[in-house]
Amino acid sequence: MTVSYPRLLPCGDSALVVEFGNSIEPELNRRVLAFDALLAQEQLRAIRETVPTYRSLLVHYDPTIIGYEELGAKLMDFATRKGLPSRKGRHWRVPVAYGGEFGIDLDAVAERAGLTSEEVIARHSGAQYRVYMLGFLPGFTYLGGLDPKLATPRRQEPRLEAPAGMIAIGGIQTGIQCIAAPSGWNILGRTPVRTYHPRRDPIFLIEPGDHVTFYPIAMREWGALDRAGEAGEWIAEMVDA
Amino acid sequence: MSFLVVDKVGPATSVQDRGRSGAQRYGLTSSGAMDVTSLAIANALVGRDVSAAAVEIGPLGAEFTAVGGNVRIALAGADRAATLDGRGAWLNETVLIPEGGKLAVGAARSGVFTYLGIEGGIAGKPVYGSLSVSARAGLGSPYPRPLQSGDRLEVGTAREEAFEHRFKPFSVEPGPIRVVLGPQDEAVTQEAMALFFGAEWRVSPRSDRMGYRLEGPKLTHADGFNIVSDGTVPGSIQVPGNGQPLALLADRGTTGGYPKIATIITADLSRFAQTQAGGRIRFASLPIAQAQKEARRFAAMLSQIGERIGVVRRIASRE
Repeated sequence: MTVSYPRLLPCGDSALVVEFGNSIEPELNRRVLAFDALLAQEQLRAIRETVPTYRSLLVHYDPTIIGYEELGAKLMDFATRKGLPSRKGRHWRVPVAYGGEFGIDLDAVAERAGLTSEEVIARHSGAQYRVYMLGFLPGFTYLGGLDPKLATPRRQEPRLEAPAGMIAIGGIQTGIQCIAAPSGWNILGRTPVRTYHPRRDPIFLIEPGDHVTFYPIAMREWGALDRAGEAGEWIAEMVDA
Repeated sequence: MSFLVVDKVGPATSVQDRGRSGAQRYGLTSSGAMDVTSLAIANALVGRDVSAAAVEIGPLGAEFTAVGGNVRIALAGADRAATLDGRGAWLNETVLIPEGGKLAVGAARSGVFTYLGIEGGIAGKPVYGSLSVSARAGLGSPYPRPLQSGDRLEVGTAREEAFEHRFKPFSVEPGPIRVVLGPQDEAVTQEAMALFFGAEWRVSPRSDRMGYRLEGPKLTHADGFNIVSDGTVPGSIQVPGNGQPLALLADRGTTGGYPKIATIITADLSRFAQTQAGGRIRFASLPIAQAQKEARRFAAMLSQIGERIGVVRRIASRE
């Protein structure tokens, strides 16, 4: 079956999906974010909220103001426009305490890749990652650009509680999980950065389309940084890209 | 200001309004009342906006004491026994709790959630326009978690009124829960789709504000069960690898990597959320134009709830 993109998909009576493709690629994600930025600029009264993901934009709207067909036609018109605006992303440097009790799967990931743990840390912190989306849990940051050598399938049995601040690998992706929750990802380390902090302004730091690099910190640095993070400091260094 | 003090409470009781807006792009779910219809009734009875914050009481009971002043409340939603200082009190009516008076609410006899609306409202600090609690996100106000005994909600003090108010309940239409197909209805086989609409589903006890698991025949995927993660809405019916559907609700994850074959229509979400564990459900498909007509009717119904409220004589308390 061939599908032509972009396309519209209904998502109940109060939301629809504009889908731009079916894969995880920077160019596809850029189109989603550009489309999202255009909608933000247009300020359509019927749109309540948008949720950008890897390859689609979920649009929550008020069906008492506009129907699916009419809004869909309007959005398809926007989505096929040439020269959509592109948002200038920011670059974040995020400290990570790799290995030990914070990175319980580091050795297993290394063994599977035929590398030493130090080599895994060097490769993981040596790459620049694209923030494809935030989703599932508050502040969960899905990152693309993992060294293919480090790709590790998710665990057969998810852990019932992976810790807040977990830096982990799930398949070809890596990510930051901000709050404790079940996870099948392979845990390499932990960051004191709160990508979500309900008592800080701003509550969220990282936006879809930003870039992230990690740098290793020593275990002895953890305590002070973690306390600062809890107190509301960003810790992550933000550099305009 | 007065206080409503929580003396006793089961799990899954929390402050909820119509939910947050604008943070799903960061992975923070909307939360909000599981049954917005009953939320609206409880609020309208006490003169609040239909979307205002109320106490969403879970399947077990709860007890409250008014402290520092008289507190007027109204209960709506799942049917249960209620007493004010030991004398019968009723759902769908305002109840004046005198200072020091105790309101006891029993376990749900049918349905799951009952809403306790409060005249003058609940004081709190909104985040993304809402006081709604998400236990997992550690967010919500005045307590960023479900209520516990000993909690004190700062609430409005009741006005002097000669009468109490009563809501004339709607008859809830029974029948299947209606859905709109998509966004990934092609992710299961045609036989599976026929089974989805033909079978009777049982709501699993492993259900909560995040979602209701449905037990029944196994639905077979047409081509694997992983998709590139995309967004979810309240009522998304997701089919994970085990072929047992999961209806995502107020505290759902904002994105998911399993196909979503259909979406429960807004007008039927309240009724679906009030189905107890073990309850039976059937689904029926509705074209989107029809579903949106129902959504508009539902919105109009919520805005006209006030028209079904009349006055009644006050029930005597501790005279």
